[in-house]
Amino acid sequence: MLDSYTGTALVAGTGIALACGLVGYFLVLRAQVFTGDALSHVAFTGALAALAFGIDLRVGLFAGCVLIAVLFGALGRRGRADDVVIGNVFAWVLGLGVFFMTLYTTNQSGSGGSGGNQTTSVLFGSILGISSGQAVTALVIGLVVSLLMLLAARPLLFATLDETVAAARGVPVRLLGYGFLVLIGVTAGEASQAVGSMLLLGLLAAPAGAALLVTDRPFAGMGLSALLGVVDVWVGLGAAQLVPNTPGSFWIMVVAAAEYALALAYARIRRGRGRRDAVVAP
Amino acid sequence: MNPGFTWNLIDDVRWMWSLPSMVDAYRAGVVVAVLAGVVGWFMVLRRQTFAGHSIAVTGFPGAAAAVYLGLSATLGYFGFCLGSALVIALLSRGGGVGAGERAHASALIAVVQALALALGALFLELYGGFLGNTSAFLFGDFLGITDTDVLVLALVAVAVLAVMAAFGRRLLFASVDPAVAAARGVSVRRMNVVFLLVLGASVAEVSKFTGSLLVFALLVMPAAAAQQLTARPVRGLVITVSIGLLVTWFGLAWAYFGNQATGFTITTLAFACYLAAYARRLVAGRLAARVAEAV
Repeated sequence: MLDSYTGTALVAGTGIALACGLVGYFLVLRAQVFTGDALSHVAFTGALAALAFGIDLRVGLFAGCVLIAVLFGALGRRGRADDVVIGNVFAWVLGLGVFFMTLYTTNQSGSGGSGGNQTTSVLFGSILGISSGQAVTALVIGLVVSLLMLLAARPLLFATLDETVAAARGVPVRLLGYGFLVLIGVTAGEASQAVGSMLLLGLLAAPAGAALLVTDRPFAGMGLSALLGVVDVWVGLGAAQLVPNTPGSFWIMVVAAAEYALALAYARIRRGRGRRDAVVAP
Repeated sequence: MNPGFTWNLIDDVRWMWSLPSMVDAYRAGVVVAVLAGVVGWFMVLRRQTFAGHSIAVTGFPGAAAAVYLGLSATLGYFGFCLGSALVIALLSRGGGVGAGERAHASALIAVVQALALALGALFLELYGGFLGNTSAFLFGDFLGITDTDVLVLALVAVAVLAVMAAFGRRLLFASVDPAVAAARGVSVRRMNVVFLLVLGASVAEVSKFTGSLLVFALLVMPAAAAQQLTARPVRGLVITVSIGLLVTWFGLAWAYFGNQATGFTITTLAFACYLAAYARRLVAGRLAARVAEAV
């Protein structure tokens, strides 16, 4: 029943979903999802730059993501960049990506369309096409990122919810901001090569957004976010098994979006009920 | 066919404009600069850059879906861009500008973008591999424009600008001070819906020329530069459109003579403008502080 592709996809997807669920929880809480989105596209420029200069694609991906993540921090107040600044920087980084693509395709004379294909493969990835070595790497990186997130959770939460008080209490708000950005960079670099930018964005936003709609308690929310991410990957890959010739990432994203829509409906109903109770109570 | 750049600028321009597609690209550049500039200025003011980027990205799977179904790419761009704009507008709480609403809105926007891209992945797979013009969908084909394209672009621009003229004042009010605007009877939520739809339509139309990824640069960069320079609406809009026009025209020439992609040349020039505006504001701020100290 389970072929080897699905097995490796499950391993890699689980690691990445765990990391994305935890990182994503804070991204949504800090309203920084755009940073994650921007970095997932920066990965594309990094990869193309590496291709153009003939170095390993992964080096370019990681270097690009982490560098730009730190740059976002430097441009923002206390390690949090403004959306407009992010927009400007990353629109230009995309432009640079096109430049490297031109460079790469001219060097590889004859294969005109490969730049476009390279783009689509970075954008959509192919979770069902990764090797077992890559899957183990993805799992290890995912687990390390998750562990670091758990260790930093308490101070980071404090710094997120009340920055000023946290800073007054001696929490290194700036350092945490940068550290968090580096972790986003690492997650984006790893996830975009293993599962593609699209799935990275979906796994960062949907489980965390759903968890935040369902519960206000932070640690329950973090756990739920990570759990939902893993469930998305497993159910999605299962669905891809049942419907032949459809991409696994499509199904994972469908499950994630459905769970987010359910959470949205749940929050609406609960809010409506709360409002009615509030009217009746006094 | 490309004679290369000489320092005889008049001859250069004459050479460049002897190509009909190049003339059309310059004409389209004017309309795109005005359209993206006006809409982008409001987008930057409302801090809705993430929504703008996501709506733009959904145009790409829209085009892929349309091509797969045998429809025109234009239909795909409009269908997906307007559809995602509507979903984002209707499902986000309130006017989408408050601090608490922002966190939820950013998750919603990301889910919409990722789901649209997932549909794109599905259509590419069903199409049996990669569409030949994926690259054009993403990065545009400014140099393959025809007269008809420019005419349609101009008509859409007129329609969008008419809507902006009708709602501009209320939209400005709702963007700058949502609480007071609401108290004065302006529906902040409805303004958000109207604006996102206008954004969706503009992005869909401009994407045909610039591609899904680079339309965002023309929306955000000139407007962000202008807002570093002035907070006044009319002056800001004029500066935005002027920057847009200059970077598009010079970017096209650079792309033509330097054999570069327009995506690279235009974003680089626009980013340079933004950096210059940013630096100017920093210097002006320092000077003002020093003058205040001296006094």
